[in-house]
Amino acid sequence: MEQFISLTLGGVVNGSVYAAFALALVLIWRSTRIVNFAQGSMAAATTFIAVAVIDAGGSYWLALVVALLSGLVMGALIERVVIRPVEGGPELNAVIVTLGLFVAIQGIVALVAGVDERAFVPPFSTVGYEVREGFTLLSLSRNSIWTVGAVLVTMLALIALFRFTRLGLAMRASAFGQEVARLLGVRVGRMLTLGWALAAAVGALAGMLIAGDVSFIGPTFMDTLIVFGFVAAVLGGLDSPIGAVVGGLLLGLALNYVRGYLDDSLLGMAALVILVVVLLVRPGGLFSTTAARRA
Amino acid sequence: MSETQTPTGDPGAASDAAPTTATAGANAPSAGAGGRRSLLPRITLLRHLLVLVVGAAVAVLLLESTELNTNIKLGNVAYLAIAAGGLTLLTGLSGQISLGHGALMAVGAYTTALMLDVERSEEPPSLALVFLAAVAATTLVGALVGVAAARLHGPYLAGATLALAVGLPGLALYFSDTFNGEQGLTIRPPERPEWFTETVEQLSGATGRGLNDKWVAYIAVACLLISYFFLANLMRSRMGRTWRAVRDQEVAAELAGISLGAWRVLAFVVSAAAAGLAGAVLAIVVQLAAPGSFLPVLSLSLLTAVVIGGLGTLTGALLGSALLVFLPPWLIDLGRDVFDMEEAQASQSSFVVYGLLLVVTMLFAPAGLVGTIRLALLRRRAARALTRSGRG
Amino acid sequence: MTEAHGSSAVGLSKAASGGGTATGTALLDVQGLSASYGPVRALDGVSLRAEAGRITAVLGANGAGKTTLLRTISGLVRPTAGRVVLDGQDITRAPVEAMVHKGMAHVPEGRGVIAELTVDENLRVGSLFRGKVGREEFDRVYDLFPRIAERRDNPAHTLSGGERQMLVIGRALLARPRVLLLDEPSLGLAPKIVAQIFGLVRQLVDSEGLSVLLVEQNARSALSVADTGVVLNLGRVVVTDDARTLAADEDLRHAYLGF
Repeated sequence: MEQFISLTLGGVVNGSVYAAFALALVLIWRSTRIVNFAQGSMAAATTFIAVAVIDAGGSYWLALVVALLSGLVMGALIERVVIRPVEGGPELNAVIVTLGLFVAIQGIVALVAGVDERAFVPPFSTVGYEVREGFTLLSLSRNSIWTVGAVLVTMLALIALFRFTRLGLAMRASAFGQEVARLLGVRVGRMLTLGWALAAAVGALAGMLIAGDVSFIGPTFMDTLIVFGFVAAVLGGLDSPIGAVVGGLLLGLALNYVRGYLDDSLLGMAALVILVVVLLVRPGGLFSTTAARRA
Repeated sequence: MSETQTPTGDPGAASDAAPTTATAGANAPSAGAGGRRSLLPRITLLRHLLVLVVGAAVAVLLLESTELNTNIKLGNVAYLAIAAGGLTLLTGLSGQISLGHGALMAVGAYTTALMLDVERSEEPPSLALVFLAAVAATTLVGALVGVAAARLHGPYLAGATLALAVGLPGLALYFSDTFNGEQGLTIRPPERPEWFTETVEQLSGATGRGLNDKWVAYIAVACLLISYFFLANLMRSRMGRTWRAVRDQEVAAELAGISLGAWRVLAFVVSAAAAGLAGAVLAIVVQLAAPGSFLPVLSLSLLTAVVIGGLGTLTGALLGSALLVFLPPWLIDLGRDVFDMEEAQASQSSFVVYGLLLVVTMLFAPAGLVGTIRLALLRRRAARALTRSGRG
Repeated sequence: MTEAHGSSAVGLSKAASGGGTATGTALLDVQGLSASYGPVRALDGVSLRAEAGRITAVLGANGAGKTTLLRTISGLVRPTAGRVVLDGQDITRAPVEAMVHKGMAHVPEGRGVIAELTVDENLRVGSLFRGKVGREEFDRVYDLFPRIAERRDNPAHTLSGGERQMLVIGRALLARPRVLLLDEPSLGLAPKIVAQIFGLVRQLVDSEGLSVLLVEQNARSALSVADTGVVLNLGRVVVTDDARTLAADEDLRHAYLGF
């Protein structure tokens, strides 16, 4: 029972990081119908930038801000320069471009920062709370609360942006009805750039959170996360920010049970099985109400 | 010879060809009717046989005229090219993408490794049997994956196969009693036969320790030639045309009674078989099957080879694979000598180049690529013509 | 087959109040517009004028170039030759996004509702470029179309065909255009709904001095509501005339309009 509680809490923490990652994928999918396979490499890059700030004597919080800002800039640049030409073209081309970015950015990070993994100090203590004598919830620490909280706040902020602001409405209009939006004077190109920028910033946050969670970083440390984030996003239907978060949490729980009751090495296969089952049974995601999208 | 339909001698060859092509479910005589201006025979199978013979001759020349080091590299090119050839059939012909071919190669490699494990004391089975088993095992896994993949497209398929590439090596860790975890399985290199030693001695005078590696390189290149011969015939056959129809004209193909799903699964199975063979060859070339050899980046490298070589052509896949093998050492030298980098770091520059090549190819040269892309453009034009005629 | 403008005094007086246009000059003036899709010429030197307070119907069979004409006017398709002049200003090369700023709203074919947004959000998209817009403007649109008012918080994909058409017209009105381009509003709608929508458009044109360029395959209904008709065939203007004259011309109807 104690193990189950511990695994569940740990699952929520991991799940919230997957959720942040899924959120980033959803933001881009909504606006450009592209799955950004480069998201992991981009997040690794921004996290390394943050580490450089910390190395130079900056605080974690300054580093976080720098990571988010560099995410914004990187996302916007990538959309303008390499994604714009393949938007609306054959979907395989866009997939290949993001895969190319995946490989290239990872290579650049390794070239600049070296291939070795290095330690990353989280902002808060990772020591688990002691519930009672002899029972410490290893997975529930101040840092894990920060992790979950940061993701929740980000999700709420994004929902507020989309629901209640004119900018958010313009972004949604651009995502769902490009031509109509243009005809109504919405600068769709800018909205798409903004979507990528926001997504990359959310991805950068996910990178910082995961680095704190596992306490190390390396050029490839986001490789599995892109898969988990993708699975979480598909669970949630790829289109909905809330779906992404719920999908992330569900995946986090499922994978943590696999980790606890089976073995670490099976995480990837477990994610694959979940993904395939969802895609074959409910291609529109777990919560799809409208006609399921063709997977 | 190429202009007239019935040069003497060809009819006999065609009837010879019939049984072989029939096993591949093909209709060779009509498939060759492209009317290419070349000196090659018009009958596809005959033409491919000729290319096969020439390829074999070139391979012997290459292997005998180069150093042992290059021999081994050519072995590397061979297994990458076999896998890339399978991927070309899948992506170029059937229009599906797979980032899981590295994982499928792992299936082939581990099957080979289990049968040729150095720990085993008894006499190893014959290499042909081992390779067949590797191909069979991978085909089976490929069929499983293919059934799921047939229902997915584009980014979904890419994501699912990427998950396969990330997940499958984990099984080697989980079942570490069988697969020996991170260390992996070491493989007993195949014994070179006496006749090989003698022949090589006569050809180029090479003797001594390196001969075993040379033998392995020969096996690798032979596998490459044979698999490309099969793939080339398949792509030119009626099956090849059906795949193209499934890719380009989904609705029309379905109306013509073609089962889209079954054909997609079949494409996946064929390309998985190629990946299995590639894995087996990899296993004997590097003499090791370990999870670290089958990271997602292997799958991405294969995709790079296929894309920059030119989607849909085997020649392109071969050239792309050669680039994967010969570019990194050059880049590492460059990084070390010019930018004073450490080797491990400099080796990363090849990934930067692969990635940029992928992006740049897609952005600037998609129309220049052979195969799919040309067809895709034609299709888009046709679609545009349709919408135009459909609107006021 | 004469030039048709000037026949309706009402229209001209509205034009003067609507945009300060001098008598006789069109609010929207299309001059020799040509456009191609690859090697195929879809528009071949089309000229027409749309005046304030008047409905100009563009008619023709499938493939005549009607939709292309609207898409070229609003900048979705780049013309190979010719000019589009809106209220004396050349807008031929203006970006699509700028058109609403210049007073032109284009309602595309196929009821361009944004299905994922609610009815109210769809309307708000129409006024986005104007900054903050008072609630009363939305209420006015809802007054015009009570049927969509009831469903303002429903996702737009739940609307019927007629409701969608009302929504997109209402949305275009929130852009406060002087020229409204309507592409096949009758497509797939029941005759009763078509009559209702056309009636509303007429009412708007008369009361607000709007100029409407109406592209229609349903020539009979379109001519019944329009002031002027322009018949397109294979990308060229065949005839421009008073709507009633066109409707009465039996040969023309048989040859190009199919009724």
